[in-house]
Amino acid sequence: MAIATPGAAPADAPAVLSAPARARRFGGSSRRTDRRRGGSAGRNVLQHLTPWFFLAAAVGLLLLFTYWPALNLFYFSVTDWDGIDLEKNFVGLDNYVQVFTDPRIFSVFGVSLYYFFASFAQMAIALYFATLLSFSTRFSNLFRGILFFPYLINGVAIGFVFLYLFQPGGTLDTVLSWFGVADPPQWLGNPDVVNWSLAGTSVWRYTGMNFVLFLGAIQSIPHELYEAADLDGASRWQQFWAIIFPGIRRVVGLSFILAIAGSLSVFEIPFIMTGGANGSATFVIQTLQTAFTFRQVGLASAMAVVLLAIVLVITWIQRKVFPDEKVDLT
Amino acid sequence: MTTTEPLQTMPLRTSPPRTIRGRTARERLRGVSATTAKYLSLIIASILTLLPLSVLLFASLKTAPEYAQTGPFDPPENWLNFDNFVTAFTSGKMLEGFVNTSIVLVVSLAGTIFIGTMAAYALDRFAFRGKKLVFALFLVATLIPSVTSQVATFQLINGLGLYDTKAALILLFMGTDIIAIYLFIQFMQSIPVSLDEAAMIDGANRWTIYWRIVLPLLRPAIATVVIIKGIAVYNEFYAPFLYLPSEGLISTSLFRFKGPFGAQWEVISAGTVLVIIPTLIAFLLLQRWIYKGLTSGAVK
Repeated sequence: MAIATPGAAPADAPAVLSAPARARRFGGSSRRTDRRRGGSAGRNVLQHLTPWFFLAAAVGLLLLFTYWPALNLFYFSVTDWDGIDLEKNFVGLDNYVQVFTDPRIFSVFGVSLYYFFASFAQMAIALYFATLLSFSTRFSNLFRGILFFPYLINGVAIGFVFLYLFQPGGTLDTVLSWFGVADPPQWLGNPDVVNWSLAGTSVWRYTGMNFVLFLGAIQSIPHELYEAADLDGASRWQQFWAIIFPGIRRVVGLSFILAIAGSLSVFEIPFIMTGGANGSATFVIQTLQTAFTFRQVGLASAMAVVLLAIVLVITWIQRKVFPDEKVDLT
Repeated sequence: MTTTEPLQTMPLRTSPPRTIRGRTARERLRGVSATTAKYLSLIIASILTLLPLSVLLFASLKTAPEYAQTGPFDPPENWLNFDNFVTAFTSGKMLEGFVNTSIVLVVSLAGTIFIGTMAAYALDRFAFRGKKLVFALFLVATLIPSVTSQVATFQLINGLGLYDTKAALILLFMGTDIIAIYLFIQFMQSIPVSLDEAAMIDGANRWTIYWRIVLPLLRPAIATVVIIKGIAVYNEFYAPFLYLPSEGLISTSLFRFKGPFGAQWEVISAGTVLVIIPTLIAFLLLQRWIYKGLTSGAVK
């Protein structure tokens, strides 16, 4: 999940229900139902309607709250709408041109880089501890719980926890003073430092999620492999590269892709902690502020469409690099 | 992904005694230092995780003058000073936050379960025209990051006249849960169709089969969805911030502490601790299911 918000999880979910697998299941169940078919024409009509009765609410909400807004997004993005005016003037691609040429808008993508690099640290830490704790360790459940728990904490609460930690003269500065650092930077006030502080907070928050994913994957590796390696005298290090890493490569790859998508759509932590001040505004913060603070719904829609397009491209790459067939290990 | 039982600890590995006896002193030394390094790294990681939370707990138990005079690592003088919690709870309107969150949570969970299981039942047990299309619609929808479409969703909620009502949040939470439908479909595939067929021979109609047979059998999947979704709704910040400005959910109630309490960190800390406690309790009680749910929810 890397730096992704929990909301980013869905992007990954369908990867597993591969198209061919779904087709197989689909075919299978249709055969099952076909056997039960038959009867009069009237019953047939009723039978045709039954599935829709069960689907109506889900499909209705899906169309209303996902597809209708998405379509409107494209429509708004070619207008100069401010969100209130009854009239929406068609302006063509002006908004898109502005997204790509206005340095104030496009440059915020640079902020994503901090979160992107931080997510490598996050995955490395998660992988290290997942490997450690998949072997017998004292108090392993306690350590697992401690490492994972931050992921469950409310985003606003985490924001406050770290606002307190980063305060001038606060917790972090006190710890650093023990090590002789007399002049610590303004963690959230200095534009050169603020994004590292926020990305660090993100690492603290999401490492647990990566950790649990990796741990689950490692534990699905057949146990006999380690025993065989042990008999052959392989060291832990050799076992990691020969057994564990290949065994969980897919999950690592998936986390990597999610790290890219996640670092583009970072929102909560910087919004809560700095409100996007001191050069910590991310693309999503910028988009939402453009829409709701500056009332430029047309421009904001174009920004959202651009982000959507990038995420779709990344997802497409994910599908190419990690084809579905290899996913269904079960 | 075979992540069905992430919590299960590995059986103790029994390495053959031969190799242990045959180890040289150097190998033994390396073994000891590896073990030390392993536990040392675990302890350091635990400290880094718990420290930010502990100092906050310390701050929440201090009185205002005490907070001003002491450093962040000084433990509070009186461990039972709960005044800040009372202040946070009453003047921070946290009761309203908890009540509103519970209402939204319960209604949207119930809605998600009924809508999701019914949709999953239709998609797994029926063959009908347009089924592939519906599947494709659900699949593509997962690719749209909800935070980006908020710009347009807001106009929709506004147009429906639901702005600033709890109904807006409930509908949004119910309408965007595609993960739940996937989990239900996956679980339903493991329920034998012969059960449905037997019931049908006994004269049960589709609704009875869904209500009496499928729904009760889906209980484990429902538990998973309740946990994942429950955590997500409890922690959701932006949707209530945007759509329900006049009432607080737990996230937004806490967020408002930024204003009136400004630098009163002892009160803000107390509010934060109050928000974390329910999560902690739920985590301690449901550990195993939370791990399981999140791994299946995120990867499957």
